Amino acid sequence: MSTLVIAEHDNSSLKAATLNTVAAAQQLGADIDILVVGGSCGDVATAAAAVPGVGKVLVADNAAYEHQLAENVSQLVAEVATGYDNVLAPATPNCKNFMPRVAALLDVGQISDIIAVDSPDTFQRPIYAGNVIATVQSADAKKVITVRTTAFDGVPAEGGSASVESVDSVHDAGLSSFVSEEVAESDRPELTSASVVISGGRGMQNGENFKLLDGIADKLNAAIGASRAAVDAGFVPNDMQVGQTGKIVAPDLYIAVGISGAIQHLAGMKDSKVIVAINKDEDAPIFQVSDYGLVADLFEALPELESKI
Amino acid sequence: MKVLVAVKRVVDYNVKVRAKADGSDVDLNNVKMAINPFCEIAVEEAVRLKEAGVATEVIAVSIGDKSCQEQIRTALALGADRGIQVDVETAAEPLVVAKLLKGVVDKEAPQLVILGKQSIDGDNNQTGQMLGALANMPQGTFASEVVIDGDKVNVTREVDGGLQTVSLTLPAIVTTDLRLNEPRYASLPNIMKAKKKQLDVYTADDLGVTVTKHLTQVKVVPPPERQEGIKVADVDELVDKLKNEAKVIS
Repeated sequence: MSTLVIAEHDNSSLKAATLNTVAAAQQLGADIDILVVGGSCGDVATAAAAVPGVGKVLVADNAAYEHQLAENVSQLVAEVATGYDNVLAPATPNCKNFMPRVAALLDVGQISDIIAVDSPDTFQRPIYAGNVIATVQSADAKKVITVRTTAFDGVPAEGGSASVESVDSVHDAGLSSFVSEEVAESDRPELTSASVVISGGRGMQNGENFKLLDGIADKLNAAIGASRAAVDAGFVPNDMQVGQTGKIVAPDLYIAVGISGAIQHLAGMKDSKVIVAINKDEDAPIFQVSDYGLVADLFEALPELESKI
Repeated sequence: MKVLVAVKRVVDYNVKVRAKADGSDVDLNNVKMAINPFCEIAVEEAVRLKEAGVATEVIAVSIGDKSCQEQIRTALALGADRGIQVDVETAAEPLVVAKLLKGVVDKEAPQLVILGKQSIDGDNNQTGQMLGALANMPQGTFASEVVIDGDKVNVTREVDGGLQTVSLTLPAIVTTDLRLNEPRYASLPNIMKAKKKQLDVYTADDLGVTVTKHLTQVKVVPPPERQEGIKVADVDELVDKLKNEAKVIS
């Protein structure tokens, strides 16, 4: 038995999501190799080789893969996957983009977003926005799986010394090309890996008021998130959305401000270790999942909180 | 340009779904069903392309038993021109749905196929991408903007930390994210008109697809309950608890 883990990276650094995925892969009990697909991504391969418990790191380094175009990456991964029993990738926007194409090319089902490995063919995954947990069994000989990273503690980033081999196949489907990228510059940690997250909801009233979260985020080195209601209302961009249809987070401390606690939002944050809710409606459902609830007007509570932490 | 839109019948997003006591499945007795919200955005985008004179015909397709005709009629009321139901008895898994959609694509030869990025029941986020691989079409997933440009389409996508724009050669696949558009409500006259629009029914056999089973749902259980915590009186108490009890800030 052997398992291939697809590395999550930005061509310069290996993302922590890869370490969570290796942890999930270990539970399958098979040998693990990592595949790095990118352009000018040599540093990522070096970092991947340092992950303990990895047999070898395969690197497909080509301009055709630089922007992770799904049409090209999926063909390569499907080709490399022929030598493996399992293919695992983190359920990040990037891997969610190409992994189902890999599964279809291999003519197998994909098991999305697993949160537990019961046995090498049986897995748990949340469905209906996390309102129920399904146990699913795969009948396919080859398993294509995406991993909910917050459900698995990552393996260490250092300590291993895997060999690095290059994969020379170039797949350029010629169907798509990269035009541009607009990535918000931020000094803050990433939402999905931050140890503290502070999120605003519809109660923030407008996008301008999200600045009230900045000072607290600065002091706690927190990432800033939002509920779907705040995104739908146009207060903030969608990449800040925490929830079933946005990002799944599980920080040490999650502070929900002006968020009522719709099922859709809870699905994205209820695995946080400590949850704080600040809301002026004492009956808001968010208080049913919070460890510490403060019934208060957020426009008074936020400046006070900022000054006292 | 012909546009194909896939729609799925799902539990209404306001319904809190529960597992059955015997753990065999979720309890869907007497719950309200609706068109999947992301599919509704897909229909809206296709209709806007038609209104802009870019699309000539919008076809709504759904895979399911007869009851999904209700959601096809909803799509027709929102502005789709005709509907196709692919009749399958039980809920098909994404790979099978993608194969059936590939069958419809082969029949209809659309230039653009728009789907929701995921359905709010299975939360799989697979079908559009799988269809792309099977039909050898490029894909713009998690779209927040779709612009047709001659024989190409530029799709702006929601990615980690921002937006990415890709250029795809038509025919292509688009899967919708939340901010692509705000769907309209169907007017009563349009709901009445939709009842008279053409709706064809195919079987998997008609499309040359064998329905297979790759995944079996063994059981469903409720998620672990989170203990309800306490209410603090003021910001001082909150800060004290976070520092001295939870020890998550210093």
